[in-house]
Amino acid sequence: MPWTAHGRLFVACTTPDIAALATAVLGDRAEIVCLAKPTEDPHFVDAKPSFIAKLNKADLLIEGGAELESGWLGPLLESSRNSRIAAGSKGHISCAEGLQLLDVPTTLDRSHGDVHSKGNPHYLVDPLMGLKVAESIAAHASGVDPAGATYFEGRLASFRTLLESKMKTWTAALAPYRGQHVVAYHNTWLYFTQRFGLKSELFLEPKPGIPPTPTHLANVVAQMKALKAHVIAVEPFQSRKTAERVAMQANAVVLEVTQYPGGLKGWDSDYIHMIDQLVAGFVSSLGESRSP
Amino acid sequence: MKPARLRFGLARTLVITLGLGSTLLGHAQETLDAEGLRRKVVELQQTFERARREHQAQIDALRKQIDALQGSPGQASSASAAKPSLAATIPPGTTNPNSSASSSAESSSDKRWRPGDPLRLGGPGRSYLDLSVVGTLAAGGSTANDLDALQLGGHDPKQRGFTLQALETTFTGMVDPYFRGQANVAFQLDSSGETGVELEEAFLETISLPGNLQFKAGQFLTEFGRHNPTHPHSWAFVDQPLVMGRLLGPDGLRNPGARLSWLVPTPFYSELFLAVQNSQGETATSFLNSNEGERLFGREVSEGSIQSFADLIFAPRYAMSFELTDNQTLLSGLSAAFGPNGSGTDTRTEIYGTDLTWKWKSPRHEGGFPFVAWQTEFLLRRYQAGASDLDFDADGVIDLSLPEERLVDYGFYSQLSYGFTRGWVAGLRGDYSSGDEAAWSLDLDRATRWRISPNLSWFPTEFSKVRLQYNHDRREQVGTDHSIWLQLEFLLGAHAAHKF
Repeated sequence: MPWTAHGRLFVACTTPDIAALATAVLGDRAEIVCLAKPTEDPHFVDAKPSFIAKLNKADLLIEGGAELESGWLGPLLESSRNSRIAAGSKGHISCAEGLQLLDVPTTLDRSHGDVHSKGNPHYLVDPLMGLKVAESIAAHASGVDPAGATYFEGRLASFRTLLESKMKTWTAALAPYRGQHVVAYHNTWLYFTQRFGLKSELFLEPKPGIPPTPTHLANVVAQMKALKAHVIAVEPFQSRKTAERVAMQANAVVLEVTQYPGGLKGWDSDYIHMIDQLVAGFVSSLGESRSP
Repeated sequence: MKPARLRFGLARTLVITLGLGSTLLGHAQETLDAEGLRRKVVELQQTFERARREHQAQIDALRKQIDALQGSPGQASSASAAKPSLAATIPPGTTNPNSSASSSAESSSDKRWRPGDPLRLGGPGRSYLDLSVVGTLAAGGSTANDLDALQLGGHDPKQRGFTLQALETTFTGMVDPYFRGQANVAFQLDSSGETGVELEEAFLETISLPGNLQFKAGQFLTEFGRHNPTHPHSWAFVDQPLVMGRLLGPDGLRNPGARLSWLVPTPFYSELFLAVQNSQGETATSFLNSNEGERLFGREVSEGSIQSFADLIFAPRYAMSFELTDNQTLLSGLSAAFGPNGSGTDTRTEIYGTDLTWKWKSPRHEGGFPFVAWQTEFLLRRYQAGASDLDFDADGVIDLSLPEERLVDYGFYSQLSYGFTRGWVAGLRGDYSSGDEAAWSLDLDRATRWRISPNLSWFPTEFSKVRLQYNHDRREQVGTDHSIWLQLEFLLGAHAAHKF
């Protein structure tokens, strides 16, 4: 009896970065749908009823975990009546499981803003985290579709080879900027900056999820000058206007980037290409800001 | 931590002092020899001093242990939550050695809990029970002197000044691999200051029934349309729509019962519900409801009891949803509820409803904004009223004979919410409700009325809300009234995910 309901695995992914990794690993043996749009705030995706219909026929659900989707996925999953992807079953992958997340809060207190009790959920901007998630997807998919195990292993191996060789290029490209500060709107780039020796400690949001205030922004400008931070990274759904105002005062440049493949015009839907574009973006804006 | 340590020290001292006192007394009684007594005192002083030093040493050792457990004493742990630089010492990309589910996050945060910290229930997935408390407060006033009749909802503000609309607690969690459980208990303060408790919902729901089925049993809000199954804190307006108050009751249609739903295997979302619930009581207004001893539609109504299967409420619903574009969603449904009513021996009520929800959300929304949502419901009730003879002055002579007749009531509300910028929502709602001609013509519960309600809501975060609303009410036979309400809301604990 085939495990899958449709011949090919029907895989539902919550966010486009996960969908890109799933595509890389599962290839033609899976039909992949992604619930969140690459341009939208992943914390506040609408729980559309059509998602229930999609989840109902999914053989595999891949979510980011670490409470990224906690505002919308739960009721959808309950309504989907699909025991193949119920929490705890082998068709449900929570990618954050088993990863060592950063910024795990010491106290749970909402006066600190929108705190994620399990740590910062934007870990897929670190390519090595991406590799771990790809490995986890391959392992789970082999459990659900044993006949595809060799195929998945093969695709994973070539993904790993490509990523590891790319890793050298990315590290070399960002090496000249080691130790430099990058300002972010929300704490999205922590894993990326750590991986490549940059620093991301200044945010336009005073606290996670809390909109910027004039006092806080004035403070950020002062700190940017002190730390010689000249790049402000903004995502498509964040206020570019705010970032530009700060950039003008702090003599910095605004870098438009996305954590999701396809999140910006001209950005590829492939995971490795996205990291390519991410690295290129940071390199060019860090270089631009260095030579005034 | 400090108070705990102090208490610890105090208790010890108290024990020692008491012990000292009793020893002293005992010796004083035995011998009156002054020299011996002085020696004894000196000896005891030394013993006490030794004990004090020992205890101090123990306290110091414990303090060191506590400091060691906390990490270096110089680091204030509250600040570290917001500071990435502290956590950043952990290299990224390292896997958890036992790679078990999220144990890394748990152990690292558990480790840093200190004896003086408050005990908390964990976030989602950290405890067996998610607990939340929502407090809703309203303040305002109205030109109407009969606010009880003007505001139809059980949780609506009904007095000038301040109203605690509800303090709602929600308990929810997975029962086992087969069931999910939920209970909503609401506390309320009435105008005389009495606290009321309402068991709004308490049900369990299957999560792994085959055949796309889901079963729910317990006390629950009937899935009739869009508004009825929701709790006041999720409403886009301060008060309940008029037609809901009139036809489904001040607290909505809810009663103990069971519900089966089937996710129809269509390419788009479509779901079929059938609820069977008890028909008596004040949460089944249009059914076997005694109306707190008051007349309803001129008639005396009795609560009665359930005699047969036909005396239950049957409430079917069909809902379907389509994606109009990538950013626009449509949800529509047809609902009905059938059951007996208390105005006669074999009188029945039928309620029909249709609802339409349209929502646009920006493909580049931040925090869910901007968005536009439009929701409309139309309801119609056919109430078979029994014949009734009225004797107003109790002189044994019938003053008015009401015939058996069918009363038809209907109404709708239509509301538009525009989240124009992050945290801000402008709303506009129109309400209309009316009833057909009947033998009992003086009925304010059936007379035509309409209401226009513009409002503005501000969500500082998704855990708090401030709302200002104006109601322009026009009631036939009564006149026009103006009301203004300011609403304040806070949420503690687990934030339930947003449903569509």
